[in-house]
Amino acid sequence: MRQADGRTAGRAVGGCVAITLFLSGGPPARLSAQDTSAIDRGVRVGIIYRPGVRPGLVVLPAKNPILDSVRTIIARDLDYSDRFELITLPGGDSLHVSAAAPAARAAPAAPRSSGRSASPSERQGGPASPGLNYPLYQALGADFAVALGVMADSALVSVHDVAAAGVRREYRAWLPPLKDPRFRLAVHRLSDRILEATLGLPGIAATRILFVMDGKVDMIDQDGADKKLVSSTDHQAMSPAWGSDGRRFAYMEFWAGRGQLFVQDLATGKRGAVATTGHALDFTPAFSPDGKTLAFSRATDEGTDVYTVNIKDNCCLQRLTVGRFSDNLSPAYSPDGQRIAFVSTRAGSPQIYVMAADGTDQQLFAPFDYGATGASFAPDWSPDGQSVAFHRDVGGTYQVFVLDVRTRVVRQLTSVGRNEDPTWAPDSRHLCFVSDRAGYRQLWIVDVETGRIRSLLPQSGARLPAWSPRIPEAPASNP
Amino acid sequence: MKRFAWLVLGGLAVAGVAACGGGPKPQTPAPQPNADSAAAAEQARRDSIERARQDSIARAMAEAERNRRQREADSLAALGRGAEAVRTLLATLIHFDFDKANIRAEAAAVLDPKIAILQANPNLRIRISGHCDERGSDEYNLALGNRRATSAKQYLVSHGIDGGRIETVSYGEERPLAPGHDEAAWAQNRRDEFEIISGGEALRQP
Repeated sequence: MRQADGRTAGRAVGGCVAITLFLSGGPPARLSAQDTSAIDRGVRVGIIYRPGVRPGLVVLPAKNPILDSVRTIIARDLDYSDRFELITLPGGDSLHVSAAAPAARAAPAAPRSSGRSASPSERQGGPASPGLNYPLYQALGADFAVALGVMADSALVSVHDVAAAGVRREYRAWLPPLKDPRFRLAVHRLSDRILEATLGLPGIAATRILFVMDGKVDMIDQDGADKKLVSSTDHQAMSPAWGSDGRRFAYMEFWAGRGQLFVQDLATGKRGAVATTGHALDFTPAFSPDGKTLAFSRATDEGTDVYTVNIKDNCCLQRLTVGRFSDNLSPAYSPDGQRIAFVSTRAGSPQIYVMAADGTDQQLFAPFDYGATGASFAPDWSPDGQSVAFHRDVGGTYQVFVLDVRTRVVRQLTSVGRNEDPTWAPDSRHLCFVSDRAGYRQLWIVDVETGRIRSLLPQSGARLPAWSPRIPEAPASNP
Repeated sequence: MKRFAWLVLGGLAVAGVAACGGGPKPQTPAPQPNADSAAAAEQARRDSIERARQDSIARAMAEAERNRRQREADSLAALGRGAEAVRTLLATLIHFDFDKANIRAEAAAVLDPKIAILQANPNLRIRISGHCDERGSDEYNLALGNRRATSAKQYLVSHGIDGGRIETVSYGEERPLAPGHDEAAWAQNRRDEFEIISGGEALRQP
């Protein structure tokens, strides 16, 4: 007994050394991505804003009520993309801006705009948007200005390059009526097209997040709007997961002590039970990127193991791990479909492992110090393939970590409260996770690049989030 | 079986009374001074005998019925009391340490009576469900709960119970018993529950 205690103490010391090394060894650049203790929604946290690095963008006010809603949604989407310095027009968004107010606001951007003052002011009032005052917006620090218009059932979007004093891109897109359930998603798509037109990057505005609340699966837009129930109401549900086409998702329901997996179509809401599941406790489904295979965990008398089943032909149940009396669970495919990250207790405490998609070549993925590093859970592979997010026990509570797949270096992302079950946005830059930093467990979104954090749903009890791929345009049934 | 015995007893009593009533049937080829009065007296005598016979049969049957009912009620009550105790013993929870699935000594003491009950009731089948507290990871807790349920099953199987009579399930942290967020609540929630699937109608005490 005394011997055992001595060993434990030795281990604890080892742990301290390891942690110290870890903290001091990380390059300072990494620290910038850690979240800070600020918890207020929508409040920006100091360290992360590097003026002059992110382009300034202004969404010009709109006159009619529909456009006003569109503008609000687009401005928020672009803000949440964390890729712009969003410029609010002083004086309540009035176009008639006094000269004094913008001067103060534009101060930080002055060095940048001075270099571009040569842009021809004669072009002001160009053909697309007569009266657009480029020098004014340039003085406000804007690199881009977005003007909105409406024509019949379409929205017109003009993206202006302020420095060049001209229209960079113009397009027209179908806009459903304000009360149409498809309205918001259509507007989110406009936001993503603006990101594409300005920075040449795909956005994450037209995405949704599945999560579990009160034992049911709910879905919410990435901006926190349009929460709705998607699973059945008569069975307790868990572990929602998206198909990589963004058209369907899977989840688990308890059926008389068994775990039954379902695959549900997003557009129609129709669902089907996954064949060969439901006779045992089957849970944590994960789609292969090609959509043909569903990996999941199955708990039996021998413990829990990772299985795959062909959901295209409803056949070919395959057992990938044979950890007799150890637990192997929570599979997560790499975006190329070649590998699966998972949790295993084969070394005692649960840690993150990786294997080939056929179950071969199983090895440790996220390094840990035996006896010192806390248990690790819930891996999620980023869509760009470069990182795996997971949560790990740190001093009796959970923190979100990110593993660099190439270097196998692990860094801690969160530090305030209990943070768990991270899920990547399709831009591989934002993570949604569960945190009790504001007093109770709720969903938060962090930008890994800047560390900016916002609350997705300020409602207690939301957990197990799953961030969708970009939701594709609805099939031909839509106009 | 007992009911049948009492019916037989009742039947014997009836037969006895009938024999007594019907036995001393006087043979009377005697001279008749007054034919009418003699016949009337004879008739009255027979009637009274018949009435007595009927009465005694009815009394005996009522007595038998009353006894039978009383015995039945007594034995049912005893049986019920026993079954209730057995049921309680069978459903008693066992608890676990944090993130552990091994059977603690006091849990073994709770499991031992269950072994005896399962041995005394060979048709009894049970379901063990493993549960966790809210501190662990939600999905990992399903695996942990499964481990808790199977370790109780293995304990029973290692003491000679057929594993085919025991189902195991896990609810992870999804069905807490105690609503709190402190160690007292967590300790209650780290548990195995035991329920009867079938064969629980007439539980016999070991």
